[in-house]
Amino acid sequence: MTNSTIKDKIGQFPRKLEDESIYIMREVAAQFERPALLFSGGKDSITLVRLAQKAFFPGKIPFPLVHIDTGHNFPETIEFRDWLAKETGAELIVRYVQDSIDQGKAKEETGKYASRNVLQTVTLLDTIEEFKFDACIGGARRDEEKARAKERIFSVRDDFGQWDAKRQRPELFDMLNGRIAVGENVRVFPISNWTELDVWNYIKEEKMEIPSIYFSHQRQVIERDGMLWADSEYLNKEADEIPFEATVRFRTVGDMTCTAAVESDAVEIDIIIEEILSAEISERGARIDDKRSEAAMEKRKQQGYF
Amino acid sequence: MDILRIATAGSVDDGKSTLIGRLLYETNSITKDKIEALESASKRKRLDFLDLSLLTDGLIAEREQGITIDVAHIYFSTPTRKYIIADTPGHVEYTRNMVTGASNAKVSLILVDARQGVVEQTARHLSIAALLRIPKVIICVNKMDLVQYDEAKFEAIKESLRSLVAQTTFVGQEISFLPISSLFGQNITQAADKMPWYQGNTLLGELEAFEFAESLAHAPARFPVQWVIRPKTEEYHDYRGYAGKISSGTFQVGDVIKALPTGQESTIASIEKFGEQLERAEAGDSVVITLTTDVDISRGNSLVLASDTQAPQLKDFAAHICWLDHQALSPGKTYLLQHGVNLTKAKISQITERLDVVAQTSSQDVDSMKLNEIGGIQLRTAQPIMADVYAENPSNGAFILIDEFSNSTVGVGFVK
Ligand SMILES: Nc1nc2c(ncn2[C@@H]2O[C@H](COP(=O)(O)OP(=O)(O)OP(=O)(O)O)[C@@H](O)[C@H]2O)c(=O)[nH]1
Ligand SMILES: [Mg+2]
Repeated sequence: MTNSTIKDKIGQFPRKLEDESIYIMREVAAQFERPALLFSGGKDSITLVRLAQKAFFPGKIPFPLVHIDTGHNFPETIEFRDWLAKETGAELIVRYVQDSIDQGKAKEETGKYASRNVLQTVTLLDTIEEFKFDACIGGARRDEEKARAKERIFSVRDDFGQWDAKRQRPELFDMLNGRIAVGENVRVFPISNWTELDVWNYIKEEKMEIPSIYFSHQRQVIERDGMLWADSEYLNKEADEIPFEATVRFRTVGDMTCTAAVESDAVEIDIIIEEILSAEISERGARIDDKRSEAAMEKRKQQGYF
Repeated sequence: MDILRIATAGSVDDGKSTLIGRLLYETNSITKDKIEALESASKRKRLDFLDLSLLTDGLIAEREQGITIDVAHIYFSTPTRKYIIADTPGHVEYTRNMVTGASNAKVSLILVDARQGVVEQTARHLSIAALLRIPKVIICVNKMDLVQYDEAKFEAIKESLRSLVAQTTFVGQEISFLPISSLFGQNITQAADKMPWYQGNTLLGELEAFEFAESLAHAPARFPVQWVIRPKTEEYHDYRGYAGKISSGTFQVGDVIKALPTGQESTIASIEKFGEQLERAEAGDSVVITLTTDVDISRGNSLVLASDTQAPQLKDFAAHICWLDHQALSPGKTYLLQHGVNLTKAKISQITERLDVVAQTSSQDVDSMKLNEIGGIQLRTAQPIMADVYAENPSNGAFILIDEFSNSTVGVGFVK
């Protein structure tokens, strides 16, 4: 490969990706009766909101933003979520994993690695049922993980939200077939073809606001498995895991219990982009939920995980 | 920055996934944790080398069987462009997944095993590449290490493909041949030290040098309407904007257009993108168009230039078809036809031919088409579709057929 410097790659967002994603947003609005945009508060779903705004401007986003609140979110994420909903004038629906637990539909995990990441599937499926959503837009990208790399843009799920990898519909050219039977629904991934770098370059070019935890800040953390974890009341610490202060930021924003921080001084987006380009570890590498087994993601998707 | 879409093809075990893994590995596109995961997975399979095919074969069933079942999409970029690769399965049974992956490709990498030479899948995939009008095909003769990097072997395979290529190719399609070893990284991104007799480009060199018409800006102007924007707010009280992605050609403010199928004319008042006013927009742009007059236009209608007397409205037409469903095509049955964003009912009045991809002959006496078969049909639609001849304007000439009851996408057609 021609030896390019990191600088050569910075600031080049392929604009065609945006056109393709806007096209997908409009297909969702047109082909489904009750679509929803699943909003996690992370950079990918913030990107989705921007794309949805662009797709329907000067009209409003014709579907609600839905947040499945695990109760273990970073407070900064929640604050940002509420701000963004107000800013865009979009309808916001929030449902709580805690409610699913209280209703006995989900059971809190125990032990050192306990998280609510798996439990949120229960709440999500209930929410889909409650509002009869027939399409849920999500910010998953194919470059994130090897099972995701296999997924279609319109991904049909059965009554139980399950993904059958071996029976996916052919998806040809840009033609999207969203026809489903009663009870089925479709997960839609408009930024399937974007990479982590594309997202960051887009956020930069669009001058978008993002939650503060993506930038460098001081925080109490513990070290576990060679990674840094935010100390919080939700993290089950062992006796020798003593919190200390570090200068960190997050590359991906999930629950406090399953998202590792990286040591970083990046206070602005250009530095974040440089960090990503020179990083040795992938974005998903900082998610403990994927490490449980080699096929963790595919198995969770079979169960209805996003 | 432009995007180049590539798809792999070739028979089972020819080394497609390994090739893609190698390409990513050599361009430093795989992060350390992913390489570590590959190392431990390779060890678990008791291999003494890094099995790069595991990078794309991500499904449990694929890793168990060591084959690709469904398309994987992988990404890497160079300072020149962003690459989107569809790694497709080689097994005949999964041809429909191969077609899915290839449908957006501008370059098809067809692999041939140096020991085996040309096989049935080579012919099938060359036919599909031609059917899809993929502008560039690189025939990669892989596993050269297993034939001692023998030039004569490579030349013999090239020679044996000559007549097949001549039969399948179309004017303007670029075809090149490349001797490689995916496993040992010969000719992927670095010149092959084991094959000094080969003087041409490496695979990456070939891809980087490929110039393609990124947009179909010079084709006839076609704007399929996806969604009508009517904010009905105080500020935009009478606003009516037509949202869509231009499928080919160029539109400018002031252009006199007509809406199909009604034929009503109007003039473009504005072309907008998130509030930004554009003078013009071209193929691939997702925009909103407003008109100077109120015209009755809804989703599925198309805007074309009023001067375009050739703009097609098809109700009874011939097409090539590739069948994608386990349930065979049955003439007389009603299907849903989706052309772009437009949906209408369709009946296949006749199957006109079925292609024998190996012999490159076709039989006329056919009454059904099975999974993965390619042929010709005649169809009638309930409403006219605004489709061009695929070979002349690929971005507006393809359609899919959907089974009304299973909702599956059962076939892909190309207007003749
Ligand atoms: N000796 C040698 N072996 C290779 C080479 N390329 C691939 N292989 C081996 O060939 C086998 C099949 O490779 P894959 O990359 O899985 O083949 P594929 O074409 O992707 O197969 P499907 O996707 O199932 O059609 C594996 O055992 C590879 O290690 C090569 O250049 N030389
Ligand atoms: Mg493969």
